[in-house]
Amino acid sequence: MPVRFAEQKLLFFLSELQEVCILSLRAVRGIFSRPLYYREFVSQLDKIGVDSLFIVCLTGLFTGMVMALQSLIQLKPFAATSYVGGMVAVTMVKELGPVLSSLMIAGRVGSAITAELGTMVVTEQVDAMRVEGTDIVKRLVTSRLKAMLIAMPLLAVVADTVALAGGYLIAAGYNISPLMYCKSLPQFMRFQDLIEGVAKPAFFGLLIVMIACRVGLSVSGGAEGVGVSVKRTVVVSSVFILVSDFFITKIFIFFR
Amino acid sequence: MAKSPEKGIRMEQVCYSVGGRTILRDFNLTLEPGINRTILGVSGVGKTTILKLILGLLRPDSGSITIDGADIGRMGERELNRARKHISIVFQGGALFDSMTVGENVAYRLLEEGDLGEAEIERIAMEKLGFVGLEQAMDLYPAELSGGMKKRVAIARALAADPEYIFFDEPTTGLDPIGVYNIQQLMLGLQRQGKTTLMVTHDMPTAFAVSDRFSFIHDARLIFEGTRGEMEASNLVEIAEFFSPSEVSLFKFANRQEET
Ligand SMILES: Nc1ncnc2c1ncn2[C@@H]1O[C@H](COP(=O)(O)OP(=O)(O)O)[C@@H](O)[C@H]1O
Ligand SMILES: [Mg+2]
Repeated sequence: MPVRFAEQKLLFFLSELQEVCILSLRAVRGIFSRPLYYREFVSQLDKIGVDSLFIVCLTGLFTGMVMALQSLIQLKPFAATSYVGGMVAVTMVKELGPVLSSLMIAGRVGSAITAELGTMVVTEQVDAMRVEGTDIVKRLVTSRLKAMLIAMPLLAVVADTVALAGGYLIAAGYNISPLMYCKSLPQFMRFQDLIEGVAKPAFFGLLIVMIACRVGLSVSGGAEGVGVSVKRTVVVSSVFILVSDFFITKIFIFFR
Repeated sequence: MAKSPEKGIRMEQVCYSVGGRTILRDFNLTLEPGINRTILGVSGVGKTTILKLILGLLRPDSGSITIDGADIGRMGERELNRARKHISIVFQGGALFDSMTVGENVAYRLLEEGDLGEAEIERIAMEKLGFVGLEQAMDLYPAELSGGMKKRVAIARALAADPEYIFFDEPTTGLDPIGVYNIQQLMLGLQRQGKTTLMVTHDMPTAFAVSDRFSFIHDARLIFEGTRGEMEASNLVEIAEFFSPSEVSLFKFANRQEET
């Protein structure tokens, strides 16, 4: 019996994975073909990007500050506190900036996408759109995907920048001059790290949108179904972000 | 209207099941232009499913569905869209797009197609809203409308594409008597304009007011097809139960009590 159960779960997982991949392909294919749904895209960019700025800044600020605090404690015995800027930068740009801001966005935007699409499904608005001749993948999924692919790397960059500033606030307390702080950055970072710092959030953004849309469009069972699905989106996309982060890091290390 | 055998919508031997439950079994239905039909049946029997199957929103497990002789089962999404142009639907809750104004809802298809100029689209939207008596609601959002108004806007939206057939999914459910009367009058008005209506409902007075023929669905099958007179004369127990649930069910209930 437990074997049967595990088998069913695995089959469900694999078929869902397949559905997400198919949906992604269709959504990506729609990016450059007409109609472009410009208005929809702009409103999504506003909802996904602009409205998330505050929470991403807050995340960046405190993460940067705590990173600086921890690094300083570690560096002090070696009289190496001047390297604090580089340490904050390298961890933020490569790992914490992309991952933490993506997790925030998964909670904030992924859940909203699933709730919105799910509500449209249970109130038959999606059916109504299809009857009116709309390609719903293009209108509802592609527009969100485009907005996310633009917004997510930018949000991560904002988080990194704010984190560096936050780190300096702490470092200043340890008599580290702005110049020293900045000089340590290139000692730790290389150009490839910057690419990693925008490629990761772009990929996590793709994960969030596609999972949120797939789960939202397959909602059934009324308001309760919407609630269950929202929870699923947040959990599944968060887990996928953390797991895929490991493998993407592996790939980047391979090409170093 | 010229009547060739090709014209009309036909469901033949359609089977459909979802989640291990059979909703329709060998289901047949014909909808001829000019004959306004109502499909009757209790809640959850699969009435909405029938409408969605005809529109190609759901795919049957087996059987064929043809619109004017063309099998929609063989169509891709683009051909399906062309076939759907003859048909519009007023969904049960109206299914208005709540991120758009009433005017944008009504003009949705025209805006999507993008063939007409803005002024022309607005004129058409206004005309359709005028038909349902809601010109003044043009700039409101669906959340600001009552249930009855939503359904009327949904009717206006369904008219924007100038369809031959209009489907109504329980158009009077949940409305007050005035709302019900308004919807009935609108449906009769559409029929006078030459549209064919297909309604699914369990509201008998409205069914009698707006339909020529009736189909009765029970337990995944069509068990009756005919006129009002034929239906009232029929001695099917399911129909009798539907007409006056109290007497028959009480009778059945009493019998069951005796058996145990
Ligand atoms: N996704 C689904 N999963 C399981 N059952 C479903 C699903 N969609 C519809 N059903 C079932 O199909 C039946 C028919 O639904 P519907 O056509 O909406 O009925 P009606 O419109 O006559 O009230 C219902 O009993 C419903 O429970
Ligand atoms: Mg229904």
